[in-house]
Amino acid sequence: MITSIDTEVKKKTFDVQSFREQFPILKRQVKGYPLIYLDNAATSQKPQVVIDALVNYYSGFNANIHRGIHSLAEEATAAFEATRDTVKDFINASSREEIIFTRGTTEGINLVAATWGRANVKAGDEIIITNMEHHSNIVPWQLLCEEKGAVLKVIPVDDNGELIWEEFLKLISPKTKLISVVHVSNALGTVNPVKNIIAEARKVGALVMVDGAQSTVHLDIDVQDMDCDFFAFSSHKLYGPTGIGVLYGKRDLLLAMPVYQGGGEMIKEVKYTGTTFNDLPYKYEAGTPNIADTIALKTAIDFVNETGKDVMRRHEDELLDYATEQLQQIPGLKIIGQAKEKVSLVSFIIDKLHPQDIAILLDNRGIAVRTGHHCAQPLIDRFCIPGTTRASFAAYNTTEEIDELVKGLHRAIKLLA
Amino acid sequence: MSTIRDIEKEIVEEFGLFDNNDDKYEYIIDLGKKLPVLDDQYKTDDNKVRGCQSSVWLQADYKDGKIFFSADSDSVLVKGLISMLVRVLSGRTPDEIIGAPLDFIKEVGLTSFLAQTRSNGLLSMVKQIKNYALAFKLKHSTT
Ligand SMILES: Cc1ncc(COP(=O)(O)O)c(C=O)c1O
Repeated sequence: MITSIDTEVKKKTFDVQSFREQFPILKRQVKGYPLIYLDNAATSQKPQVVIDALVNYYSGFNANIHRGIHSLAEEATAAFEATRDTVKDFINASSREEIIFTRGTTEGINLVAATWGRANVKAGDEIIITNMEHHSNIVPWQLLCEEKGAVLKVIPVDDNGELIWEEFLKLISPKTKLISVVHVSNALGTVNPVKNIIAEARKVGALVMVDGAQSTVHLDIDVQDMDCDFFAFSSHKLYGPTGIGVLYGKRDLLLAMPVYQGGGEMIKEVKYTGTTFNDLPYKYEAGTPNIADTIALKTAIDFVNETGKDVMRRHEDELLDYATEQLQQIPGLKIIGQAKEKVSLVSFIIDKLHPQDIAILLDNRGIAVRTGHHCAQPLIDRFCIPGTTRASFAAYNTTEEIDELVKGLHRAIKLLA
Repeated sequence: MSTIRDIEKEIVEEFGLFDNNDDKYEYIIDLGKKLPVLDDQYKTDDNKVRGCQSSVWLQADYKDGKIFFSADSDSVLVKGLISMLVRVLSGRTPDEIIGAPLDFIKEVGLTSFLAQTRSNGLLSMVKQIKNYALAFKLKHSTT
């Protein structure tokens, strides 16, 4: 009895200071000031356990995986494949075969465009994206459409940074082959209604790919409940290492699609008269994979699960509310992206100030933010601005850090205006 | 008349008066605010310096064997940087400009600016200025 109450309590409270303790980089100084890292949407910092996982692999059981008949190879293979199981549970895929390791979200989207896309998209077909996509979810479809003579359609965004639903309904038709949509916008923070989009797609027989680069760290992901056909995310935005990501695809689709890259691992038998391909998921994983980072991704996901996404989210939501409230009081500051459903990031502009100048002055106070178009140039063009300054929060950020950001902005305005 | 190197030394001395980063930045911001705005007619695509996160325009005029620069940017800090480049390089001959190593950028500690954002474009500005010099040189040496 007592232990279950204990874990209940432990689940519900979040001690940001002890959480911070686990991230060694947060102890460093920048330009003589304690680092205030508010660029988490670009990449999050890594806890000690993830760093240790990388070191332990290289110092303990580094070996090439799958075919080796020796102890190290077996240990490395087991650890590598354990990540697949952890990822499967993390996003609730129905089988481990549906989990393809990639370099990141970008490669996941490119893989789908190059395999499913090339095999299924024909002249006159239509692909729908939104006006708030990251370049990674624009360019692969643009290239595919150019190659096939297909048409790329874009769901417009309103002034609050939400999709205009009526316009989406006008765009979707039996010609729509695929809708590829960002789950959470990296530039605005908007959470898109992917389930509703998928419901509409089913009516016309279109597939849906979800770019989960920003959502996976903040929201609970259940690909079966969502019923998306493809879902891609990156480890490095999820407290995990860079260079590794995941593409989820429905099994039937993955079975039917042509292969992506050719090489070792993805083959069954190679003869000059023809090659047969390996089973899922290896069919899409040519060459020696990123073993170390894949292994450490499991550690990152375990870390997130142990901390509790819900607990982290509650803290992040508090940060978002606090930051929104504080920033809005700065004269001349305008928040870009005021969707009803948002994750913990704030993009803003300040009258007469260039975002780059703001960021340089903040950096001189040890505060890391991002400026510019956030790899979403068409979106920034839509708002007719040169770019924004973006503060994006992780669970280790504090309200005190937001106070420092506000102070830094006041100082920047005083100097620059 | 003072050489490019003389002016560079002046600037390095001015920066030597500051013992912290804040003051350096404030000085650059001040320079930026003082740089005359470029007339809109010169803010053309041709005059735009590529590779900058901010918009930077650089106008070059050739007169009596010398090149005169005027420039503008929507970033005050970048304007401050340009104003130093203009101060050092405007009114020089193409050969002087092409041959200038511009060591003051390093000596003043402006390289941290370069590090701050790969695309803030101080290097792109220098490159563009040198390209102008080269173009004028070729154009006027053939006649
Ligand atoms: C919404 C979104 N999509 C895609 C990407 C690309 O992710 P990666 O660079 O890890 O492939 C990002 C990364 O910034 C992103 O924010």
